[in-house]
Amino acid sequence: MLDDFLMFSFAPMLIGLFIAITCAILGNFLLLRKQALVSDSISHVVLPGIVLAFVVTGSAATWPMMIGAGVAALLSVAFIEVIVRFGRIEPSAAMGVVFTSMFALGVLLLELSDTRNVHLDVQHALYGSLESLIWLDAVGWRSLLDPVALAGLPHELWRVLAVFALVTGAIIVFWRHFVLISFDETFAASAGVHVGLVSIFLISLSAIAAVAAFDAVGSIIVIAMFVCPPATARLLTNRLKTQVALSVLFASLSVIVGILASGYVLRPFGYTDSVSAAGMIAVISGILLAASAVFGKHRLAVN
Amino acid sequence: MTELTSTEKSPVLRVNGLSVSYNSDPVVYSVNFDIPHGAMSAIIGPNGAGKSTTLKAVVDIQPRLTGQIEIFGQTYDKVRNRISYVPQRASVDWDFPVTVQDVVLMGVYPTLGLLGRVRPMHWAKVMEALERVGMTGFADRQIGQLSGGQQQRVFLARALVQDADLYLLDEPFAGVDAATEKAIVKVLKDLQSKGKTIVAVHHDLTTVEAYFDHIVFINRSIVAAGSVAREFTEEHINQTYGRLVASQKQVI
Repeated sequence: MLDDFLMFSFAPMLIGLFIAITCAILGNFLLLRKQALVSDSISHVVLPGIVLAFVVTGSAATWPMMIGAGVAALLSVAFIEVIVRFGRIEPSAAMGVVFTSMFALGVLLLELSDTRNVHLDVQHALYGSLESLIWLDAVGWRSLLDPVALAGLPHELWRVLAVFALVTGAIIVFWRHFVLISFDETFAASAGVHVGLVSIFLISLSAIAAVAAFDAVGSIIVIAMFVCPPATARLLTNRLKTQVALSVLFASLSVIVGILASGYVLRPFGYTDSVSAAGMIAVISGILLAASAVFGKHRLAVN
Repeated sequence: MTELTSTEKSPVLRVNGLSVSYNSDPVVYSVNFDIPHGAMSAIIGPNGAGKSTTLKAVVDIQPRLTGQIEIFGQTYDKVRNRISYVPQRASVDWDFPVTVQDVVLMGVYPTLGLLGRVRPMHWAKVMEALERVGMTGFADRQIGQLSGGQQQRVFLARALVQDADLYLLDEPFAGVDAATEKAIVKVLKDLQSKGKTIVAVHHDLTTVEAYFDHIVFINRSIVAAGSVAREFTEEHINQTYGRLVASQKQVI
Protein backbone atom coordinates (compact mmCIF):
# COMPACT_ATOMS: atom_id res chain seq x y z
CA MET A 1 0.00 0.00 0.00
CA LEU A 2 2.72 2.44 1.02
CA ASP A 3 4.94 1.32 -1.82
CA ASP A 4 2.04 1.79 -4.18
CA PHE A 5 1.53 5.30 -2.90
CA LEU A 6 5.20 6.15 -3.33
CA MET A 7 5.34 4.69 -6.80
CA PHE A 8 2.09 6.00 -8.25
CA SER A 9 0.82 8.93 -6.19
CA PHE A 10 3.84 10.50 -4.51
CA ALA A 11 5.34 12.27 -7.53
CA PRO A 12 2.00 13.45 -9.01
CA MET A 13 0.98 14.76 -5.61
CA LEU A 14 4.26 16.62 -5.08
CA ILE A 15 4.19 18.07 -8.59
CA GLY A 16 0.55 18.99 -8.19
CA LEU A 17 1.26 20.68 -4.86
CA PHE A 18 4.13 22.79 -6.19
CA ILE A 19 2.11 23.89 -9.21
CA ALA A 20 -1.08 24.56 -7.28
CA ILE A 21 0.67 26.57 -4.57
CA THR A 22 2.68 28.57 -7.11
CA CYS A 23 -0.41 29.44 -9.14
CA ALA A 24 -2.53 30.18 -6.06
CA ILE A 25 0.01 32.62 -4.57
CA LEU A 26 0.20 34.58 -7.83
CA GLY A 27 -3.55 34.32 -8.24
CA ASN A 28 -4.08 36.40 -5.09
CA PHE A 29 -2.46 39.40 -6.72
CA LEU A 30 -4.08 38.83 -10.12
CA LEU A 31 -7.44 38.63 -8.37
CA LEU A 32 -6.90 41.86 -6.41
CA ARG A 33 -5.69 43.61 -9.54
CA LYS A 34 -8.87 42.40 -11.28
CA GLN A 35 -6.69 40.46 -13.70
CA ALA A 36 -7.78 36.97 -12.68
CA LEU A 37 -8.56 36.06 -16.25
CA VAL A 38 -5.01 36.85 -17.29
CA SER A 39 -4.07 33.30 -16.30
CA ASP A 40 -6.89 32.02 -18.49
CA SER A 41 -5.69 34.17 -21.36
CA ILE A 42 -2.10 33.05 -20.94
CA SER A 43 -2.93 29.38 -21.13
CA HIS A 44 -5.06 30.01 -24.23
CA VAL A 45 -2.60 32.18 -26.03
CA VAL A 46 0.55 30.14 -25.46
CA LEU A 47 -0.89 26.84 -26.74
CA PRO A 48 0.11 27.24 -30.41
CA GLY A 49 3.61 28.31 -29.35
CA ILE A 50 4.00 25.27 -27.15
CA VAL A 51 2.68 22.92 -29.82
CA LEU A 52 5.05 24.35 -32.41
CA ALA A 53 7.96 24.05 -30.00
CA PHE A 54 7.00 20.41 -29.46
CA VAL A 55 6.70 19.75 -33.16
CA VAL A 56 9.96 21.46 -34.06
CA THR A 57 12.13 20.04 -31.29
CA GLY A 58 10.24 16.83 -30.70
CA SER A 59 10.76 17.10 -26.97
CA ALA A 60 9.07 18.51 -23.92
CA ALA A 61 12.20 20.29 -22.74
CA THR A 62 11.60 23.44 -20.74
CA TRP A 63 13.41 26.04 -22.82
CA PRO A 64 11.92 25.38 -26.27
CA MET A 65 8.48 25.39 -24.62
CA MET A 66 9.14 28.65 -22.79
CA ILE A 67 10.46 30.30 -25.95
CA GLY A 68 7.52 29.04 -28.01
CA ALA A 69 5.09 30.28 -25.36
CA GLY A 70 6.86 33.64 -25.16
CA VAL A 71 6.78 34.14 -28.93
CA ALA A 72 3.08 33.22 -29.01
CA ALA A 73 2.35 35.69 -26.19
CA LEU A 74 4.23 38.50 -27.96
CA LEU A 75 2.43 37.75 -31.23
CA SER A 76 -0.92 37.94 -29.43
CA VAL A 77 -0.08 41.34 -28.01
CA ALA A 78 0.85 42.51 -31.52
CA PHE A 79 -2.37 41.07 -32.99
CA ILE A 80 -4.47 42.78 -30.33
CA GLU A 81 -2.74 46.09 -31.04
CA VAL A 82 -3.27 45.72 -34.79
CA ILE A 83 -6.95 44.84 -34.39
CA VAL A 84 -7.55 47.75 -32.02
CA ARG A 85 -5.76 50.16 -34.39
CA PHE A 86 -7.30 49.12 -37.67
CA GLY A 87 -10.60 47.66 -36.55
CA ARG A 88 -11.28 50.60 -34.22
CA ILE A 89 -12.82 48.38 -31.57
CA GLU A 90 -12.31 48.12 -27.84
CA PRO A 91 -9.22 46.31 -26.53
CA SER A 92 -11.34 43.77 -24.61
CA ALA A 93 -13.14 42.78 -27.80
CA ALA A 94 -9.83 42.46 -29.64
CA MET A 95 -8.48 40.30 -26.79
CA GLY A 96 -11.51 38.03 -26.97
CA VAL A 97 -10.94 37.51 -30.68
CA VAL A 98 -7.21 36.90 -30.36
CA PHE A 99 -7.34 34.59 -27.32
CA THR A 100 -9.93 32.25 -28.78
CA SER A 101 -8.24 32.28 -32.19
CA MET A 102 -4.86 31.45 -30.70
CA PHE A 103 -6.33 28.60 -28.68
CA ALA A 104 -8.17 27.29 -31.73
CA LEU A 105 -4.96 27.52 -33.72
CA GLY A 106 -3.19 25.56 -30.99
CA VAL A 107 -5.82 22.80 -31.07
CA LEU A 108 -5.66 22.72 -34.86
CA LEU A 109 -1.88 22.38 -34.78
CA LEU A 110 -2.23 19.59 -32.25
CA GLU A 111 -4.61 17.69 -34.48
CA LEU A 112 -2.53 18.23 -37.61
CA SER A 113 0.87 17.54 -36.12
CA ASP A 114 2.42 14.10 -36.18
CA THR A 115 1.76 12.87 -32.69
CA ARG A 116 3.76 9.68 -33.12
CA ASN A 117 6.94 11.53 -32.24
CA VAL A 118 5.38 14.10 -30.03
CA HIS A 119 3.54 12.99 -26.96
CA LEU A 120 0.89 15.66 -27.01
CA ASP A 121 -2.78 15.85 -27.91
CA VAL A 122 -5.86 17.84 -26.96
CA GLN A 123 -6.58 15.58 -24.01
CA HIS A 124 -3.04 16.15 -22.81
CA ALA A 125 -3.24 19.92 -23.29
CA LEU A 126 -6.38 20.20 -21.21
CA TYR A 127 -5.85 17.59 -18.51
CA GLY A 128 -2.10 17.04 -18.59
CA SER A 129 -0.71 13.68 -17.63
CA LEU A 130 -0.42 13.84 -13.88
CA GLU A 131 -1.12 10.10 -13.54
CA SER A 132 1.76 9.17 -15.82
CA LEU A 133 4.33 10.88 -13.61
CA ILE A 134 5.21 7.77 -11.70
CA TRP A 135 8.29 6.97 -9.65
CA LEU A 136 9.33 3.49 -10.68
CA ASP A 137 12.47 3.50 -8.53
CA ALA A 138 10.52 3.77 -5.31
CA VAL A 139 10.82 0.68 -3.12
CA GLY A 140 9.62 2.04 0.20
CA TRP A 141 10.28 5.11 2.32
CA ARG A 142 14.05 4.49 2.22
CA SER A 143 13.98 5.60 -1.41
CA LEU A 144 13.37 9.15 -0.24
CA LEU A 145 16.94 9.21 1.05
CA ASP A 146 18.49 7.22 -1.77
CA PRO A 147 20.15 9.47 -4.39
CA VAL A 148 19.90 6.81 -7.07
CA ALA A 149 16.20 6.30 -6.54
CA LEU A 150 15.61 10.05 -6.25
CA ALA A 151 17.26 10.54 -9.63
CA GLY A 152 14.45 8.45 -11.07
CA LEU A 153 11.80 10.94 -10.07
CA PRO A 154 10.04 12.49 -13.09
CA HIS A 155 12.00 15.46 -14.45
CA GLU A 156 8.82 17.57 -14.31
CA LEU A 157 9.22 17.61 -10.55
CA TRP A 158 12.47 19.56 -10.70
CA ARG A 159 11.01 21.97 -13.22
CA VAL A 160 7.99 22.84 -11.09
CA LEU A 161 10.15 22.94 -7.96
CA ALA A 162 12.39 25.54 -9.62
CA VAL A 163 9.39 27.64 -10.66
CA PHE A 164 7.90 27.31 -7.18
CA ALA A 165 11.16 28.58 -5.66
CA LEU A 166 11.37 31.44 -8.17
CA VAL A 167 7.81 32.60 -7.54
CA THR A 168 7.84 32.34 -3.74
CA GLY A 169 11.22 34.09 -3.65
CA ALA A 170 9.97 36.90 -5.89
CA ILE A 171 6.78 37.31 -3.86
CA ILE A 172 8.73 37.56 -0.61
CA VAL A 173 11.28 40.05 -1.96
CA PHE A 174 8.79 42.17 -3.90
CA TRP A 175 5.81 41.75 -1.55
CA ARG A 176 5.57 45.47 -0.79
CA HIS A 177 5.83 46.35 -4.48
CA PHE A 178 3.04 43.96 -5.40
CA VAL A 179 0.82 45.19 -2.57
CA LEU A 180 1.45 48.84 -3.42
CA ILE A 181 0.72 48.58 -7.14
CA SER A 182 -2.33 46.41 -6.45
CA PHE A 183 -3.85 48.81 -3.93
CA ASP A 184 -2.87 52.26 -5.15
CA GLU A 185 -1.12 52.60 -8.50
CA THR A 186 -1.01 56.38 -8.50
CA PHE A 187 0.57 56.59 -5.07
CA ALA A 188 3.01 53.82 -5.97
CA ALA A 189 4.05 55.70 -9.11
CA SER A 190 4.49 58.97 -7.21
CA ALA A 191 6.67 57.14 -4.68
CA GLY A 192 9.00 56.00 -7.44
CA VAL A 193 7.71 52.47 -8.04
CA HIS A 194 7.81 51.62 -11.73
CA VAL A 195 4.22 50.39 -11.89
CA GLY A 196 4.40 49.15 -15.46
CA LEU A 197 7.54 47.15 -14.80
CA VAL A 198 6.25 45.54 -11.58
CA SER A 199 2.99 44.71 -13.32
CA ILE A 200 4.81 43.09 -16.25
CA PHE A 201 6.96 41.18 -13.76
CA LEU A 202 3.85 39.80 -12.07
CA ILE A 203 2.33 38.79 -15.40
CA SER A 204 5.63 37.21 -16.49
CA LEU A 205 5.81 35.15 -13.31
CA SER A 206 2.26 34.00 -13.98
CA ALA A 207 3.15 33.10 -17.55
CA ILE A 208 6.21 31.14 -16.43
CA ALA A 209 4.13 29.27 -13.85
CA ALA A 210 1.37 28.55 -16.37
CA VAL A 211 3.76 27.26 -19.03
CA ALA A 212 5.85 25.19 -16.62
CA ALA A 213 2.71 23.63 -15.20
CA PHE A 214 1.12 23.12 -18.57
CA ASP A 215 2.95 20.00 -19.61
CA ALA A 216 2.53 18.17 -16.33
CA VAL A 217 -1.00 19.06 -15.42
CA GLY A 218 -2.70 20.70 -18.40
CA SER A 219 -4.41 24.04 -18.68
CA ILE A 220 -7.61 23.25 -16.74
CA ILE A 221 -5.85 22.90 -13.42
CA VAL A 222 -3.70 25.97 -14.08
CA ILE A 223 -6.75 28.14 -14.60
CA ALA A 224 -8.53 26.58 -11.62
CA MET A 225 -5.57 27.05 -9.26
CA PHE A 226 -5.01 30.69 -10.29
CA VAL A 227 -8.61 31.60 -9.56
CA CYS A 228 -10.36 29.24 -7.14
CA PRO A 229 -8.10 29.10 -4.03
CA PRO A 230 -7.50 32.89 -3.88
CA ALA A 231 -11.18 33.60 -4.49
CA THR A 232 -12.14 31.08 -1.78
CA ALA A 233 -9.68 32.68 0.65
CA ARG A 234 -10.83 36.24 -0.17
CA LEU A 235 -14.34 35.36 1.00
CA LEU A 236 -13.03 34.17 4.36
CA THR A 237 -10.73 37.01 5.42
CA ASN A 238 -10.05 40.71 5.10
CA ARG A 239 -6.30 40.39 5.68
CA LEU A 240 -4.01 39.96 2.72
CA LYS A 241 -1.44 37.76 4.45
CA THR A 242 -4.15 35.51 5.84
CA GLN A 243 -5.72 35.39 2.39
CA VAL A 244 -2.47 34.24 0.77
CA ALA A 245 -1.92 31.63 3.51
CA LEU A 246 -5.47 30.32 3.16
CA SER A 247 -5.15 30.16 -0.62
CA VAL A 248 -2.06 27.97 -0.20
CA LEU A 249 -4.01 25.75 2.17
CA PHE A 250 -6.97 25.41 -0.19
CA ALA A 251 -4.73 24.76 -3.18
CA SER A 252 -2.93 21.98 -1.26
CA LEU A 253 -6.20 20.52 -0.05
CA SER A 254 -7.58 20.45 -3.60
CA VAL A 255 -4.52 18.59 -4.88
CA ILE A 256 -4.37 16.00 -2.09
CA VAL A 257 -8.08 15.30 -1.97
CA GLY A 258 -8.37 15.51 -5.75
CA ILE A 259 -5.66 12.95 -6.43
CA LEU A 260 -6.87 10.54 -3.77
CA ALA A 261 -10.49 10.90 -4.84
CA SER A 262 -9.78 10.48 -8.55
CA GLY A 263 -9.09 6.78 -7.99
CA TYR A 264 -12.21 6.05 -6.00
CA VAL A 265 -14.89 8.53 -6.96
CA LEU A 266 -16.51 6.20 -9.50
CA ARG A 267 -16.49 3.13 -7.21
CA PRO A 268 -19.93 3.82 -5.68
CA PHE A 269 -21.35 3.86 -9.19
CA GLY A 270 -20.00 0.43 -9.99
CA TYR A 271 -17.03 1.53 -12.11
CA THR A 272 -13.44 0.68 -11.28
CA ASP A 273 -11.91 3.30 -13.59
CA SER A 274 -10.07 6.36 -12.32
CA VAL A 275 -11.12 9.82 -13.44
CA SER A 276 -8.63 12.48 -14.46
CA ALA A 277 -6.67 13.62 -11.43
CA ALA A 278 -6.28 17.15 -12.81
CA GLY A 279 -9.99 17.36 -13.48
CA MET A 280 -10.75 16.12 -9.98
CA ILE A 281 -8.41 18.70 -8.43
CA ALA A 282 -10.22 21.44 -10.33
CA VAL A 283 -13.57 20.06 -9.16
CA ILE A 284 -12.48 20.04 -5.50
CA SER A 285 -11.24 23.63 -5.75
CA GLY A 286 -14.57 24.59 -7.27
CA ILE A 287 -16.47 22.90 -4.45
CA LEU A 288 -14.36 24.77 -1.88
CA LEU A 289 -15.12 28.06 -3.66
CA ALA A 290 -18.83 27.29 -3.77
CA ALA A 291 -18.81 26.47 -0.05
CA SER A 292 -17.08 29.69 0.90
CA ALA A 293 -19.37 31.67 -1.40
CA VAL A 294 -22.29 30.33 0.61
CA PHE A 295 -20.82 30.32 4.10
CA GLY A 296 -17.86 32.75 3.90
CA LYS A 297 -17.64 35.40 6.58
CA HIS A 298 -16.74 38.18 4.16
CA ARG A 299 -18.77 37.08 1.18
CA LEU A 300 -20.70 40.35 1.10
CA ALA A 301 -19.08 43.66 0.20
CA VAL A 302 -18.56 45.60 3.43
CA ASN A 303 -20.17 48.81 2.30
CA MET B 1 12.65 93.74 6.37
CA THR B 2 15.48 91.23 6.51
CA GLU B 3 16.62 89.59 3.36
CA LEU B 4 15.23 86.16 2.71
CA THR B 5 17.71 83.37 2.08
CA SER B 6 17.83 82.17 -1.48
CA THR B 7 16.03 78.90 -0.75
CA GLU B 8 13.14 80.75 0.85
CA LYS B 9 12.90 83.30 -1.90
CA SER B 10 12.82 80.84 -4.77
CA PRO B 11 9.52 79.02 -5.20
CA VAL B 12 9.11 75.48 -3.87
CA LEU B 13 7.32 74.48 -7.05
CA ARG B 14 7.75 76.11 -10.45
CA VAL B 15 5.69 74.95 -13.42
CA ASN B 16 6.81 76.41 -16.70
CA GLY B 17 5.07 75.97 -20.06
CA LEU B 18 3.35 72.71 -19.13
CA SER B 19 1.17 71.08 -21.77
CA VAL B 20 -0.49 67.67 -21.46
CA SER B 21 -2.70 65.88 -23.94
CA TYR B 22 -4.66 62.64 -24.01
CA ASN B 23 -4.67 61.12 -27.52
CA SER B 24 -3.86 64.45 -29.18
CA ASP B 25 -6.65 66.27 -27.29
CA PRO B 26 -4.94 68.97 -25.23
CA VAL B 27 -5.98 68.87 -21.57
CA VAL B 28 -3.85 71.74 -20.36
CA TYR B 29 -1.52 74.01 -22.31
CA SER B 30 1.10 76.62 -21.48
CA VAL B 31 0.56 76.29 -17.76
CA ASN B 32 2.88 78.55 -15.77
CA PHE B 33 2.73 79.12 -12.03
CA ASP B 34 4.89 79.24 -8.92
CA ILE B 35 4.07 78.02 -5.44
CA PRO B 36 6.02 80.03 -2.85
CA HIS B 37 7.68 78.44 0.15
CA GLY B 38 5.31 77.86 3.08
CA ALA B 39 2.16 78.53 1.09
CA MET B 40 -1.15 76.79 1.48
CA SER B 41 -2.34 76.90 -2.07
CA ALA B 42 -5.65 75.98 -3.71
CA ILE B 43 -5.85 74.87 -7.32
CA ILE B 44 -9.27 76.01 -8.41
CA GLY B 45 -11.18 75.44 -11.62
CA PRO B 46 -14.28 73.79 -13.11
CA ASN B 47 -14.57 70.06 -13.81
CA GLY B 48 -12.32 68.97 -16.63
CA ALA B 49 -10.14 72.07 -16.27
CA GLY B 50 -7.02 69.95 -15.82
CA LYS B 51 -6.45 70.39 -12.06
CA SER B 52 -5.72 66.72 -11.31
CA THR B 53 -3.81 66.36 -14.56
CA THR B 54 -1.54 69.24 -13.59
CA LEU B 55 -0.89 67.70 -10.17
CA LYS B 56 -0.15 64.32 -11.76
CA ALA B 57 2.25 65.95 -14.19
CA VAL B 58 4.04 67.54 -11.21
CA VAL B 59 4.62 64.13 -9.60
CA ASP B 60 5.67 62.62 -12.92
CA ILE B 61 2.74 60.21 -13.24
CA GLN B 62 1.27 62.04 -16.19
CA PRO B 63 3.61 62.28 -19.19
CA ARG B 64 3.88 65.85 -20.39
CA LEU B 65 4.02 67.11 -23.93
CA THR B 66 6.07 70.19 -23.12
CA GLY B 67 7.23 72.18 -20.13
CA GLN B 68 9.58 72.04 -17.18
CA ILE B 69 8.73 71.36 -13.58
CA GLU B 70 11.13 72.34 -10.85
CA ILE B 71 10.62 71.33 -7.24
CA PHE B 72 13.06 72.75 -4.70
CA GLY B 73 15.03 73.76 -7.79
CA GLN B 74 15.39 70.15 -8.97
CA THR B 75 13.56 67.61 -11.09
CA TYR B 76 10.95 65.48 -9.36
CA ASP B 77 12.93 62.24 -9.24
CA LYS B 78 15.76 63.95 -7.34
CA VAL B 79 13.51 65.25 -4.54
CA ARG B 80 10.90 62.50 -4.55
CA ASN B 81 11.38 61.72 -0.85
CA ARG B 82 10.61 65.34 0.10
CA ILE B 83 7.21 65.22 -1.58
CA SER B 84 4.00 63.55 -0.55
CA TYR B 85 1.22 63.02 -3.04
CA VAL B 86 -2.31 62.15 -1.96
CA PRO B 87 -4.35 60.78 -4.88
CA GLN B 88 -8.12 61.12 -5.14
CA ARG B 89 -9.82 58.89 -2.62
CA ALA B 90 -11.98 57.34 -5.35
CA SER B 91 -8.93 56.15 -7.26
CA VAL B 92 -8.46 53.02 -5.14
CA ASP B 93 -10.54 49.94 -4.36
CA TRP B 94 -11.61 50.30 -0.71
CA ASP B 95 -12.59 46.63 -0.61
CA PHE B 96 -8.92 45.71 -0.72
CA PRO B 97 -8.08 43.27 2.12
CA VAL B 98 -5.88 45.54 4.23
CA THR B 99 -6.34 47.34 7.53
CA VAL B 100 -6.11 51.06 8.24
CA GLN B 101 -2.63 50.71 9.73
CA ASP B 102 -1.45 48.69 6.71
CA VAL B 103 -2.44 51.55 4.40
CA VAL B 104 -0.74 54.19 6.56
CA LEU B 105 2.37 52.02 6.74
CA MET B 106 2.60 52.22 2.94
CA GLY B 107 3.85 55.76 3.54
CA VAL B 108 7.15 54.37 4.80
CA TYR B 109 7.54 51.80 1.99
CA PRO B 110 9.53 54.18 -0.25
CA THR B 111 12.18 54.64 2.46
CA LEU B 112 12.46 50.92 3.23
CA GLY B 113 14.00 49.75 -0.03
CA LEU B 114 13.75 46.18 -1.23
CA LEU B 115 14.82 44.20 1.83
CA GLY B 116 14.44 46.72 4.65
CA ARG B 117 12.31 45.49 7.53
CA VAL B 118 9.40 47.31 9.12
CA ARG B 119 10.63 48.29 12.59
CA PRO B 120 8.87 49.45 15.77
CA MET B 121 10.00 52.97 14.86
CA HIS B 122 7.89 52.79 11.70
CA TRP B 123 4.84 51.53 13.56
CA ALA B 124 5.28 54.38 16.07
CA LYS B 125 5.15 56.82 13.15
CA VAL B 126 2.00 55.15 11.86
CA MET B 127 0.30 55.41 15.25
CA GLU B 128 1.33 59.05 15.65
CA ALA B 129 -0.05 59.90 12.21
CA LEU B 130 -3.33 58.12 13.00
CA GLU B 131 -3.59 60.13 16.19
CA ARG B 132 -3.05 63.40 14.35
CA VAL B 133 -5.98 62.66 12.03
CA GLY B 134 -8.16 61.35 14.86
CA MET B 135 -8.23 57.72 13.71
CA THR B 136 -6.39 55.97 16.55
CA GLY B 137 -9.32 53.70 17.35
CA PHE B 138 -9.52 52.48 13.76
CA ALA B 139 -5.97 51.13 13.32
CA ASP B 140 -7.09 47.52 13.08
CA ARG B 141 -10.20 48.06 10.93
CA GLN B 142 -10.52 46.78 7.43
CA ILE B 143 -10.57 49.83 5.16
CA GLY B 144 -13.89 48.87 3.56
CA GLN B 145 -15.64 49.58 6.86
CA LEU B 146 -14.73 53.28 6.78
CA SER B 147 -16.87 56.24 5.76
CA GLY B 148 -15.66 58.54 3.00
CA GLY B 149 -14.33 61.04 5.52
CA GLN B 150 -12.47 58.35 7.43
CA GLN B 151 -10.94 57.05 4.21
CA GLN B 152 -9.67 60.53 3.45
CA ARG B 153 -8.14 60.78 6.93
CA VAL B 154 -6.34 57.49 6.35
CA PHE B 155 -4.88 58.85 3.12
CA LEU B 156 -3.78 61.98 4.96
CA ALA B 157 -2.18 59.87 7.70
CA ARG B 158 -0.23 57.95 5.04
CA ALA B 159 1.01 61.30 3.71
CA LEU B 160 2.04 62.44 7.22
CA VAL B 161 4.14 59.30 7.65
CA GLN B 162 6.12 60.32 4.58
CA ASP B 163 7.52 63.33 6.48
CA ALA B 164 7.57 65.48 3.36
CA ASP B 165 8.28 69.18 2.80
CA LEU B 166 5.75 69.58 0.01
CA TYR B 167 2.27 68.05 0.19
CA LEU B 168 0.19 67.70 -2.96
CA LEU B 169 -3.42 66.69 -2.34
CA ASP B 170 -5.97 65.86 -5.04
CA GLU B 171 -9.43 66.90 -3.82
CA PRO B 172 -8.91 66.19 -0.12
CA PHE B 173 -12.35 67.58 0.74
CA ALA B 174 -14.39 65.74 -1.89
CA GLY B 175 -17.27 63.85 -0.32
CA VAL B 176 -16.12 64.16 3.29
CA ASP B 177 -18.22 65.15 6.31
CA ALA B 178 -17.88 68.57 7.97
CA ALA B 179 -15.95 67.20 10.96
CA THR B 180 -13.40 65.55 8.69
CA GLU B 181 -13.02 68.71 6.62
CA LYS B 182 -12.28 70.64 9.80
CA ALA B 183 -9.83 67.99 11.02
CA ILE B 184 -8.00 67.92 7.69
CA VAL B 185 -7.72 71.72 7.56
CA LYS B 186 -6.31 71.71 11.07
CA VAL B 187 -3.67 69.13 10.17
CA LEU B 188 -2.73 71.02 7.01
CA LYS B 189 -2.47 74.39 8.83
CA ASP B 190 -0.36 72.66 11.43
CA LEU B 191 1.99 71.45 8.69
CA GLN B 192 2.10 74.95 7.24
CA SER B 193 3.08 76.41 10.60
CA LYS B 194 6.03 74.01 10.59
CA GLY B 195 7.24 75.52 7.32
CA LYS B 196 5.78 72.90 4.97
CA THR B 197 4.21 73.84 1.67
CA ILE B 198 0.76 72.56 0.74
CA VAL B 199 -1.02 72.44 -2.60
CA ALA B 200 -4.57 71.10 -2.79
CA VAL B 201 -7.02 70.72 -5.64
CA HIS B 202 -10.11 72.43 -4.27
CA HIS B 203 -13.72 72.82 -5.35
CA ASP B 204 -15.53 74.97 -2.86
CA LEU B 205 -15.16 78.69 -3.55
CA THR B 206 -16.82 79.59 -0.26
CA THR B 207 -13.99 78.16 1.85
CA VAL B 208 -11.02 79.41 -0.20
CA GLU B 209 -10.42 82.50 1.94
CA ALA B 210 -10.74 80.60 5.21
CA TYR B 211 -8.42 77.71 4.29
CA PHE B 212 -5.87 79.04 1.80
CA ASP B 213 -3.48 81.94 1.41
CA HIS B 214 -2.43 81.24 -2.16
CA ILE B 215 -4.50 80.36 -5.20
CA VAL B 216 -4.06 79.06 -8.74
CA PHE B 217 -7.02 79.54 -11.10
CA ILE B 218 -6.91 77.06 -13.92
CA ASN B 219 -9.15 76.27 -16.85
CA ARG B 220 -7.05 74.45 -19.47
CA SER B 221 -4.56 77.23 -18.96
CA ILE B 222 -3.73 79.46 -16.03
CA VAL B 223 -6.21 82.29 -15.48
CA ALA B 224 -4.46 83.80 -12.47
CA ALA B 225 -2.13 82.75 -9.68
CA GLY B 226 -0.95 84.48 -6.53
CA SER B 227 -2.00 85.36 -3.02
CA VAL B 228 -5.65 84.87 -2.13
CA ALA B 229 -5.83 88.45 -0.86
CA ARG B 230 -4.86 89.84 -4.25
CA GLU B 231 -6.03 87.29 -6.82
CA PHE B 232 -9.24 85.83 -5.39
CA THR B 233 -11.38 88.34 -7.24
CA GLU B 234 -14.73 88.21 -8.92
CA GLU B 235 -13.07 88.92 -12.22
CA HIS B 236 -10.78 85.89 -11.97
CA ILE B 237 -13.56 83.60 -10.79
CA ASN B 238 -15.58 84.93 -13.68
CA GLN B 239 -12.84 84.19 -16.16
CA THR B 240 -12.34 80.70 -14.77
CA TYR B 241 -15.93 79.53 -14.38
CA GLY B 242 -18.10 81.89 -16.38
CA ARG B 243 -20.64 84.35 -15.01
CA LEU B 244 -22.95 82.02 -13.17
CA VAL B 245 -20.61 81.13 -10.35
CA ALA B 246 -19.38 84.70 -10.03
CA SER B 247 -22.88 85.94 -9.32
CA GLN B 248 -23.21 83.20 -6.71
CA LYS B 249 -20.20 84.61 -4.97
CA GLN B 250 -21.87 87.96 -4.80
CA VAL B 251 -24.76 86.39 -2.96
CA ILE B 252 -22.35 84.90 -0.45
